[in-house]
Amino acid sequence: MYAALWRALPGPVWLRLLIVLVLVAGILWALAYVVFPWAADVLLPQDVTVEE
Amino acid sequence: MPEQTRTRPRARRRLSVVGVLGELLITVGVLVLLFIGWYVWLNDVIVGSEQTQAATELQQQWAEQSRDERGEAGEPAAPPPPVYEGQSPDSAPVRAEPGVVNEAFATLIVPRFGTDYARTIAQGIDVRDVLNSRRTGVGHYPGTQMPGELGNFAIAAHRNANGAPFGRLLDLRVGDHVYVETADGWYEYTFRGLEYVLPNQVDVIAPVPRDAGADPAERILTMTTCNPLFSTDERAIAYSVMTAWYPREGGMPAELSELGQEEA
Repeated sequence: MYAALWRALPGPVWLRLLIVLVLVAGILWALAYVVFPWAADVLLPQDVTVEE
Repeated sequence: MPEQTRTRPRARRRLSVVGVLGELLITVGVLVLLFIGWYVWLNDVIVGSEQTQAATELQQQWAEQSRDERGEAGEPAAPPPPVYEGQSPDSAPVRAEPGVVNEAFATLIVPRFGTDYARTIAQGIDVRDVLNSRRTGVGHYPGTQMPGELGNFAIAAHRNANGAPFGRLLDLRVGDHVYVETADGWYEYTFRGLEYVLPNQVDVIAPVPRDAGADPAERILTMTTCNPLFSTDERAIAYSVMTAWYPREGGMPAELSELGQEEA
């Protein structure tokens, strides 16, 4: 799958590498700021207050 | 050799179901590891620094306000010499509880939590808008007393994740100072002890903790967070008692300026 994606990218190797790095950076950003915060709220709810 | 020339233009490998499945599983495994790393470490660094930034901005705003007020009063250009001495808690001003929820009205400074530790304290304990927020993190229990007021100024924050404002709550030692800064100045509280209770033990935030209905004679600061770490089964409670008041005109408490906390 990843090999096929790599072949599907246009341009010489350095350009493909650049595209991959930009994509990976974007995905990591989206994970850290959007996906993971949402997942943490859903999977690991927290409670720090005292209430009846 | 004819055989070699036949294989030279490599045949495009076809996607096999097993191959794709395998790569997807590896991807999921990597994502889970990334999530764990983010949850226990990276998120606290990101959100913690944002919360500290928010606290610093608020402190700078108060310092500027204070300078402007002094300037407008037509006083001489040179400010009065700093006092740097704590005054009796009895002389501390008490503000009314803010009517607006989810907005910061004070900051929390705890030298034991780190030399540059500062977080904002917002009104209310809403999970999404205060405790999980990148701008606040520490919440004030509505209905409990305000800083400097006789009774109990009760606040809550996360011990792990979301910036973990109370991540080192259990590191507090008797005698450690906990400062609450407002536009008026610094309320110095001194840590007295820890307690572990069940989540429904609401009398820890009573005016006299664990003695609901009693008349308060002291100014208590109660910090609540979850316990054990990564669990919601119990609550860890830290009690401090107010020991001094530092008005803004007198300057920042010496302990904080020596730590390098900036007076903007």
